[in-house]
Amino acid sequence: MNKVAIALIGLALAGGTATHAAGSSAAGIDIKEFKFAPAALEIRPGTTVTWTNHDEETHTITSTTGAFGSSGLGNDETFTQTFTRAGTYEYFCALHPRMRAAVVVK
Amino acid sequence: MDRLDRRGFLECMAWAGSALVWTSAGGVLSSRTIRQAEAADAAASGFSFVQISDTHIGFKGQANGDAAATLQQLIDRVNALKPAPAFVIHTGDQTHGQKPGAFDTVAELLRGVKTERAFFVPGEHDVFLDGGKEYLARYGKGTVGEHGWQSFDYKGTHFVGLVNVLKYKGEGVGALGQDQIEWLEKDLAPLTASTPVIVFAHVPLWAVYPQWGWVTEDAERALTSLKRFGSVTVLNGHIHQVLTKVEGNVRFHTAMSTAFPQPAPGAAPSPGPMKIPEAEARRMIGVTEVTFVQGGQPLAIVDSVLG
Repeated sequence: MNKVAIALIGLALAGGTATHAAGSSAAGIDIKEFKFAPAALEIRPGTTVTWTNHDEETHTITSTTGAFGSSGLGNDETFTQTFTRAGTYEYFCALHPRMRAAVVVK
Repeated sequence: MDRLDRRGFLECMAWAGSALVWTSAGGVLSSRTIRQAEAADAAASGFSFVQISDTHIGFKGQANGDAAATLQQLIDRVNALKPAPAFVIHTGDQTHGQKPGAFDTVAELLRGVKTERAFFVPGEHDVFLDGGKEYLARYGKGTVGEHGWQSFDYKGTHFVGLVNVLKYKGEGVGALGQDQIEWLEKDLAPLTASTPVIVFAHVPLWAVYPQWGWVTEDAERALTSLKRFGSVTVLNGHIHQVLTKVEGNVRFHTAMSTAFPQPAPGAAPSPGPMKIPEAEARRMIGVTEVTFVQGGQPLAIVDSVLG
């Protein structure tokens, strides 16, 4: 499974154009009413993304490829992930799989 | 003793707006009055069991700051029931997001229930982090292939516990999977059509509200194998509220959570825990008692709230 995931990311990276300089910027994604907002976050490589769960229900940030993932986030709990390479990183909530979103690094 | 079920029943009716005591005789269902239910209780020659669901140990929110405390309070009520329930069935979501130690807390609290034994099926909160590893290590023993599904007979009634959260689908709905459905068909095959059957599983086996994932994708084939029976009762949890539906000889019933209520289907932007004061929430959390009376007589389902 991990090998497949890495292979897929490799393909995504090969197609990407990492023209932006890696920075140390930050971005946030809110989880509210069973939705990730924004549903498609566009960032530059090197950005650290912080997800904050505003729901009382537990949610996860789970990469569709297994590239990254959180455990269950309770109310007001956060998860951070730094994205260093260009690509589209789709993820969902393992408890509510119809909650889907993506981080676009370019 | 102040019988919790009668008081709870009245409050529950007020909230749910529908009768919650049903009788089944010869496969024909009809509602009963409370007085009739009492008479049936007095006969007390059958047996009863209690359904506990969605204990969500580890949850903290506006509606409930201590899910272990409300579970303990409900267990105290169960322990006051006379006659004592033959067993307890927990229909899943023992934990809130598989919080560390939560399974231990539930096990310890349930050990305090005055009953012969407990049966379990998992909810998605119990298995989503590790694919059910911890849950099955605790509760898989003695189940079919140690997959968590199971059946047993008690005083002429056939009980089936199904697992519909281990094949959680991309759309976020429950699923049984072909292996389990085929096992169910074989399990039911030797039974006569007059055998009362009780099926329990976490996610509802009927399409309560697919938009919120309140449905089991492949339940239809399972329900087809149940159609020939004169009396089938399906007990589910997951949606944290009492809903009933009757379809032919099959009665569907969902139980309250012991931790927090969820909104009625479509009544809120999301199915998240209702954000209401604890006192109000206590009137929307509780347990379910199912009573059988000997001699093919009525079966009563009584939902009792905490507050």
